[in-house]
Amino acid sequence: MANGELSCGRRFAAVNEILERHQRRPERLVAVLQEVQEVYRYLPEEVLQYVATGMGLSPAKVFGVATFYENFSLEPKGKYVIRCCDGTACHVHSSDEILTAVRDRLGLKEGQTTTSDLMFTLETVACLGACALAPVVTINGEVYGQATPEKIVAIIDELAGGKEHGEN
Amino acid sequence: MAKIRSGEDLNRLAAMYRQATEKAAKRILVCAGTGCVANGSLLVHAALKKAIEKTGVAVDLDYLLEHDVPNNATQLDKSGCRGFCQMGPLVLIEPHNFMYVHVRPEDAEEIIQESIIGDRCVERLTYMSSSGDKHYDREEDIPFYKKQHRQTLSNCGHMNPEDIREYIARDGYKGLARALTEYGPDQVVEEVLASGLRGLGGAGFPTGRKWQAVRQAAGDTKYVVCNGDEGDPGAFMDRSIMEGDPHKVLEGMIIAGYAVGAAEGYIYVRAEYPLAVERLTKAIQEAEEYGLLGDNILGTGFSFRLHINQGAGAFVCGESSALVASIEGKRGMPVPRPPRLAQKGLFGCPTLLNNVETFANVSFIMREGAQAFANLGTPTSHGTKAFALTGNVKNTGLIEVPMGTTLREVIFDIGGGIKDDREFKAVQIGGPSGACLTKEHLDLPLDFDSLKRAGAMMGSGGLVVMDERTCMVEVARFFMDFTQRESCGKCIPCREGTSRMLEILERIVGGEGTEEDLGLLEEIAHMVHDMSLCGLGQTAANPVLSTLKHFRDEYLAHVRDKRCPAGVCRALRRFEIDASKCRGCGRCARNCPVGAISGQIKQPFTIDPERCIRCGACIKQCAFHAIREVN
Ligand SMILES: Cc1cc2nc3c(=O)[nH]c(=O)nc-3n(C[C@H](O)[C@H](O)[C@H](O)COP(=O)(O)O)c2cc1C
Ligand code: SF4
Ligand code: FES
Repeated sequence: MANGELSCGRRFAAVNEILERHQRRPERLVAVLQEVQEVYRYLPEEVLQYVATGMGLSPAKVFGVATFYENFSLEPKGKYVIRCCDGTACHVHSSDEILTAVRDRLGLKEGQTTTSDLMFTLETVACLGACALAPVVTINGEVYGQATPEKIVAIIDELAGGKEHGEN
Repeated sequence: MAKIRSGEDLNRLAAMYRQATEKAAKRILVCAGTGCVANGSLLVHAALKKAIEKTGVAVDLDYLLEHDVPNNATQLDKSGCRGFCQMGPLVLIEPHNFMYVHVRPEDAEEIIQESIIGDRCVERLTYMSSSGDKHYDREEDIPFYKKQHRQTLSNCGHMNPEDIREYIARDGYKGLARALTEYGPDQVVEEVLASGLRGLGGAGFPTGRKWQAVRQAAGDTKYVVCNGDEGDPGAFMDRSIMEGDPHKVLEGMIIAGYAVGAAEGYIYVRAEYPLAVERLTKAIQEAEEYGLLGDNILGTGFSFRLHINQGAGAFVCGESSALVASIEGKRGMPVPRPPRLAQKGLFGCPTLLNNVETFANVSFIMREGAQAFANLGTPTSHGTKAFALTGNVKNTGLIEVPMGTTLREVIFDIGGGIKDDREFKAVQIGGPSGACLTKEHLDLPLDFDSLKRAGAMMGSGGLVVMDERTCMVEVARFFMDFTQRESCGKCIPCREGTSRMLEILERIVGGEGTEEDLGLLEEIAHMVHDMSLCGLGQTAANPVLSTLKHFRDEYLAHVRDKRCPAGVCRALRRFEIDASKCRGCGRCARNCPVGAISGQIKQPFTIDPERCIRCGACIKQCAFHAIREVN
């Protein structure tokens, strides 16, 4: 038993460090999950279990918080996270055309947000606060203002290293 | 750095920093706000540095404080957002106040040669009126800035937000020093009450009354919370303040802590604002080093600490009780009140919660006095308000005007009118909880009470301008889609009501709506308003109700005639072949994916509206422009 715990602890070394930094205080749960997600790029189920045990919270509470906030993902995300803003200002600047173009370029089906090769995740966001540059797209946090479908697709082409449409 | 131990210490430092800054004859400020950085301003900064060093020396405040300065020294600095992001990257040259727009790294040498060495303005880089016939050399002459009154945003764009010394040089923390050394906590509350400051996060509740309630609440531990969640899609005032002048927010919060008797505060920033988090973190660290935050502030014995919490993407967390739950590490769901936060808030203790812009107004009030603040604005709404002006308007950006400025002044004088000189149709104020205002409201003064009377609300300050090509039904659908997704689901009327309203609106824009749907929409709207716990549900129907009121014709066109007058709703588009232009080549018919076009070669073709899926492929194919869309 003790042995099992040890190996588990080692496997989650990064998580342990995060838990320690927040002194396992329950009110730090949101911040803990944010940092855990930075490490794994999503919140794997077994990690959530581990966090719950480590913080002395019920798994239900941890899952409840993880599913409440939109920025938490229980599924793996792509290496590049593309966030198309569909806030009011971007919407009136035809942000939906960019969204459609990116979807087509990545060959994403209805309801699918991540390409099967885990290269790209496409999300919409309700405002990035850069409305004067509408329409706005961010790729891994980098802001692209006055975006056009062509510009964004070209960037994706570059990131994909010349991979062709649908080849993912 | 030795900690500042008194008001006199602070004044001495401020004078020292000011003198040092004046040593350099010229100063170049490159905007490093989110917008300008996205447009490449950091590259411009680097190029300017190189260019300066070819003929002189580039200095910063550290250098100026320690050295005698040769007369060819130029201070090069990064600033926060100047509000005119659409024109970025922006570069400002002091003392001439030349303002250059859309600057590229290639322009650096010319700027140095002309403006720094030659004292001349580089005309081609200045802002040109949209009519293309007038250049404006100086910031203050540009129409976008002329009618503004930048009081809360006074430092944004004029100093380096990452250097506390620049804030101190611009009278920063002077309000705090006055509050702590010349006033008791009760008098600070009195001063804020007397200023008439009202909450700028949406509801306009008198700030002084809130402070008073927390001050009087029983309890040893109290908290101050700053709401930087700014969830309204289309608003970015709070972002600009946190990024461009973070110390002003801290100063307001520390004063608040002193006034209400709190020793700790939290700033809740939405996750989409990483630069704001970075700048606030740096500001907190510097303020602690200087003895303006932490233990024994300014040697007065008052201690106060600040923490930053990041949101995780839930609009409802902007609501105060949900925000408190989120800081406590829980699901961010609103709770019924009373008890109010002032009695039982964060961790069960009395809590003062204000918006970023509200806190940013406090330093002015404490420094210049309540009267100076009250001199601006209308009798019931004092001071100024920042707005994020966006949408189909020529000049978009962040603006600040005295309360009571009319919509017309904002849209046509500051905003320069509608893009491409189209017709103004409506402006959405207050985001998804707000309302649409129309032409007849253009002379409405923007203040809390006038807006309320017009059936709208100040909201956070997002102003999205819409032109004639906007379909108001689709706008209502857009906001309902947002609200429905963001409803936390606690109240059934809000959760289900927003879903049903969305379904109806989708039906209408999809061409399947009926006239009864309009009555049903209104009925659900009132039910959701009356039976929801928090502001999200209570205001969810505002965009629907206001568009139904002001643009009923448009709804009727959709449901009766199956027509979208603005030509936006795809399902209601109709394509027609102009028989006089059609040469009967058949290209359209070959390209129609569903075979909806038929005809005989060399005779005019026709489209079968029943089969047409309104994709528009035929329009693009026709070499004779014979196919058009009819609304
Ligand atoms: C759904 C919802 C979202 C809100 N979002 C924000 C927000 O993003 N920022 C904000 O300052 N206030 C927001 N508010 C208003 C706050 O509840 C609160 O009234 C305000 O922060 C109080 O500060 P003030 O008195 O300084 O305006 C929101 C309210 C509701 C109901
Ligand atoms: S009104 Fe809506 S958002 Fe507010 S608490 Fe109820 S369900 Fe949640
Ligand atoms: S970011 Fe530079 S003006 Fe707004």
